[in-house]
Amino acid sequence: MNSRIRPALAAVAATLAFAAAPAFAGKTLDAVKQRGTVKCGVTNGVAGFSAPDTQGNWSGLDVDTCRAIAAAVLGDGKKVEFVPLNSQQRFSALQAGEIDILARNTTWTLTRDASLGFHFTTITYYDGQGFLVPKKLKVTSAKQLKNATICTQAGTTNEKNVADWFKAQNIPVKTVVFESFEASFKAFFAGRCQAFTTDTSALAGLRNKEAPNPDDYVILPELISKEPLAPLVRRGDDEWFAIAKWVPNALIEAEEFGITQANIDELKASSKDPAQQRLVGSGDDLGKLLGLDKDWSYRAIKAVGNYGEMFERNVGPKSVLKLPRGSNNLWNKGGLMYGLPVR
Amino acid sequence: MSRRRAAWLAWALQALLIAAIASGVVWLVQHALEVLRSRGVHSGFDFLLQPAGFEISEGWLDFDAGQPFWRAFLAGVINTVRAAVPAALIAVVLGTLIGIGRLAPHVLVRGLCRAYVETIRNVPLLVQLLMLYFALTQLLPDSTEPLELLPDVWLSKGGLALPWPVREEGAWWPSHFEWPERGSFNVSGGAALSPEYLAVVTALALYTASFVAEIVRAGIASVAQGQKLAAQALGLTGWQQLRIVVLPQALRVIVPALTNQLLSLTKNSSLAVAVGYPELVSIANTSLNSTGRAFECIAVIMAVYLGLSLLISWAMNRYNARVALRGWR
Repeated sequence: MNSRIRPALAAVAATLAFAAAPAFAGKTLDAVKQRGTVKCGVTNGVAGFSAPDTQGNWSGLDVDTCRAIAAAVLGDGKKVEFVPLNSQQRFSALQAGEIDILARNTTWTLTRDASLGFHFTTITYYDGQGFLVPKKLKVTSAKQLKNATICTQAGTTNEKNVADWFKAQNIPVKTVVFESFEASFKAFFAGRCQAFTTDTSALAGLRNKEAPNPDDYVILPELISKEPLAPLVRRGDDEWFAIAKWVPNALIEAEEFGITQANIDELKASSKDPAQQRLVGSGDDLGKLLGLDKDWSYRAIKAVGNYGEMFERNVGPKSVLKLPRGSNNLWNKGGLMYGLPVR
Repeated sequence: MSRRRAAWLAWALQALLIAAIASGVVWLVQHALEVLRSRGVHSGFDFLLQPAGFEISEGWLDFDAGQPFWRAFLAGVINTVRAAVPAALIAVVLGTLIGIGRLAPHVLVRGLCRAYVETIRNVPLLVQLLMLYFALTQLLPDSTEPLELLPDVWLSKGGLALPWPVREEGAWWPSHFEWPERGSFNVSGGAALSPEYLAVVTALALYTASFVAEIVRAGIASVAQGQKLAAQALGLTGWQQLRIVVLPQALRVIVPALTNQLLSLTKNSSLAVAVGYPELVSIANTSLNSTGRAFECIAVIMAVYLGLSLLISWAMNRYNARVALRGWR
């Protein structure tokens, strides 16, 4: 019942908020400083991206992005208020000003970028949509899924991609869509569908954490879409947009220049490399251009590590997901992660 | 002050109040739209003409991803009706039987009917729906190994597949049956009732029946004892007493309350979104997400439920006018 009326409530809240608040610009940073926390919209729990543990501590790639921003802006990566949102609520919540930033593995698409009143900031994960199937069906390619039933979550780009891809291949399939992510994968593991589809990163998490026996399931080789995941902010506040863009970017740059959570203090004291110096806060003061201080990127890296460390801890070898670096490697190591120059 | 003037004043005050509220609402909406526009958020109902881009898994209306949003909404409304109508019929029949059962002379029948009512109506519908759905999907055989209930009637996690008459292109009458066939993944062909649909109809019917039972019991109890005794004196059998004398009088009490239950049932069908049945709310949710038009999609949901409810009220009020005592409406 609760989750059913929540989108409606969010819409009503959005109407009221829009009606009550005058159009504001450039005020998010002030509001964040005054409040003392960054309000960060996340998922209800997607392993590796944003998920609470049994004590209610959030972790994940998206969570770390928010922590890095909080560290840069407020000086403490713990000063984040996480607001769990389902996929239908997420946009209304950001539009209504309920959150300062939405880091909820959201795909950057033209429609979302151009018509919802948002700016996507920096791609933090290059994902693609795939399929999880039970091994006993002996399916080795998504093209063999003719007349199969596929479970997925409503209101995602995944739902549309499935329709597009199978239509292009001229393969009839049936999709069953559920309002909640949980209901959709539970129905799949109960055997309602022959395949489950979502971003491959989430598939790995499901297989390893939710499947009755992970070895009974296999992820098919096809990637049917590009899913660049990025945080978003509201339009009309360029200052906050710049911060939300450059903090994650600084983490990618930090990896390229070999700055880690462990060696940053040492580098701050001794590094002679100007590129490193700018990132650790011992070189030019770039922070003031963002409305922050000189140590903005030092604090962000100190709080969550560089992008590579974030990846390894949340979705890479040190996590349950064990995802390969793949497209998310640095540009000079064969991946797509290309940090814009911090100078 | 004369009574006439007082009445006039009361009218004027009410008109003023309504005007004030209406202009307040108009101002709120206008301001919201203005702010939305200033932030680059698109709004309006123009998206209804664009292609929807998603598929709908089942329903009476053929739909594919290339068709516009309005048709997707229409398919959703039809799916809502497709679930609500059978559920309402089952609920009324079952509820009436249980209501009569609650007044039965047999202790066992009475007890069972009472147990049914008290259990079902006191557990939230959403919980029952999820429970029923997951029970269905857990317990039924895999769709690769369906169970043949009757010849050519297959039951599995993929749902219930049965032979169905189909008509040729352009023909008025069905000419032959289409038989379900076992495929590599699913049974295909014929008519298929998905587990989502079965769960929704069953849960709605069982839940509403428990309320209908109480309404029917109250209706029967409201008929004066003398009526029944008089019928008995005329030599009518138990069933005849009920059918000819008691029930027609009880209907006067039953029908208005039953109208409420039918309205609730229709609105409760929106819970189907939780188990993946593509009714109106489910489709509006998906549309809301791919277009970002939250107000518009929710406005459509509200308008449709309002329309359906008014239609049901109208039909039930007509029926009520027929069974009500003359001059007692």
